[in-house]
Amino acid sequence: MSRRDKLAGEIDDPMVTGALENFKASVDAWSDAAYHRPRTVVKAARHTVRLAASWALVCLLAAGSLAGGLYERHHRQELARIEASKAAIKAAEQKVALEHAASEKPVKATTVTKRQPTAVKRAANENEDLLASVDSDVSRQVPAAMEPLAQMMDDNGAN
Amino acid sequence: MAPMRTSTKVMAAGTAVKPMTAEAAEEIAAQDFASIVESHRPQIFRFLLASLRDVDLAETLTQECFLKAHRNWKHFRGDSSAMTWLMRIAINLTKDHWRNRRLQFWRHTQANAIGVDEASDWLPNGDRSAEQQILAREQVALVWKIVDGLSPRQRTVFLLRYVEDRELSEIAKATGLSEGTVKAHLSRALARVRAELRGTR
Repeated sequence: MSRRDKLAGEIDDPMVTGALENFKASVDAWSDAAYHRPRTVVKAARHTVRLAASWALVCLLAAGSLAGGLYERHHRQELARIEASKAAIKAAEQKVALEHAASEKPVKATTVTKRQPTAVKRAANENEDLLASVDSDVSRQVPAAMEPLAQMMDDNGAN
Repeated sequence: MAPMRTSTKVMAAGTAVKPMTAEAAEEIAAQDFASIVESHRPQIFRFLLASLRDVDLAETLTQECFLKAHRNWKHFRGDSSAMTWLMRIAINLTKDHWRNRRLQFWRHTQANAIGVDEASDWLPNGDRSAEQQILAREQVALVWKIVDGLSPRQRTVFLLRYVEDRELSEIAKATGLSEGTVKAHLSRALARVRAELRGTR
């Protein structure tokens, strides 16, 4: 039983049968041509180029992120160094200011003594030295108006 | 070294003939599979081409179909013909393809698929007159258009019946449908073809 007879037995409309036969012949012809067509490697080459491009992009991104990370780390280290030096300068300035304040206001030094005993002690010593030198200067320099009295006292003492 | 497995053919009289090694059995199985690929590959390709209208995709899925078949060749019990089994794999592959395409909607996977008019250009001349040739081409274009409008299941059934010339029982096995459902799908598809052809008369 041929295909045409088989289709005719199944489908009563000869036009439909003919259309289906033509359809099958068309698909067969197309399929044969496509099946036996020469194969090209254009797609494979394209694929290779695409693969290489994507790898290059990935490498670029990886290198970029690595460089960015390193730069960020270096930048942070630099900032930390600057902050540390600023803090050191500030601390030194505070220390100097404290010392200065201690030397200018000895009364307040008692409150500071607990916190910074060496600085206060040093300031107190300096104060004592200063007072001692002032005493000696005062004792040595007698004003001219008091000179006769001083001499008289000296004379009395001698007698 | 692992001991070699042997199977022995025993004749009715009980005399053993020619022991067959596992390697020899594998070789025979490989030869069987190679002959099946050779004989069925064009048909599987044709079915996939008609289903997808994309030559590259049809080639890829044909390769995948035989790769899957090769992997599962030892599980093939022969309940149905090898062709039906292969068709079933091919149908599942097309289903997977459409499902993936739906999920990856941003990709133009049908970029290589050719249009209905272009597909209908393929028609052997035979001994037709120019007028008959034009008429036949119009009919083919119309059938392609109808096939395009069918549901995936109807399309598969239609192509298996009228392009691959499969029997209803084979189509039922390949698609996993009952014969009644296959008949119903075919009937609906044919009704559409008939209606369209009458409309163009």
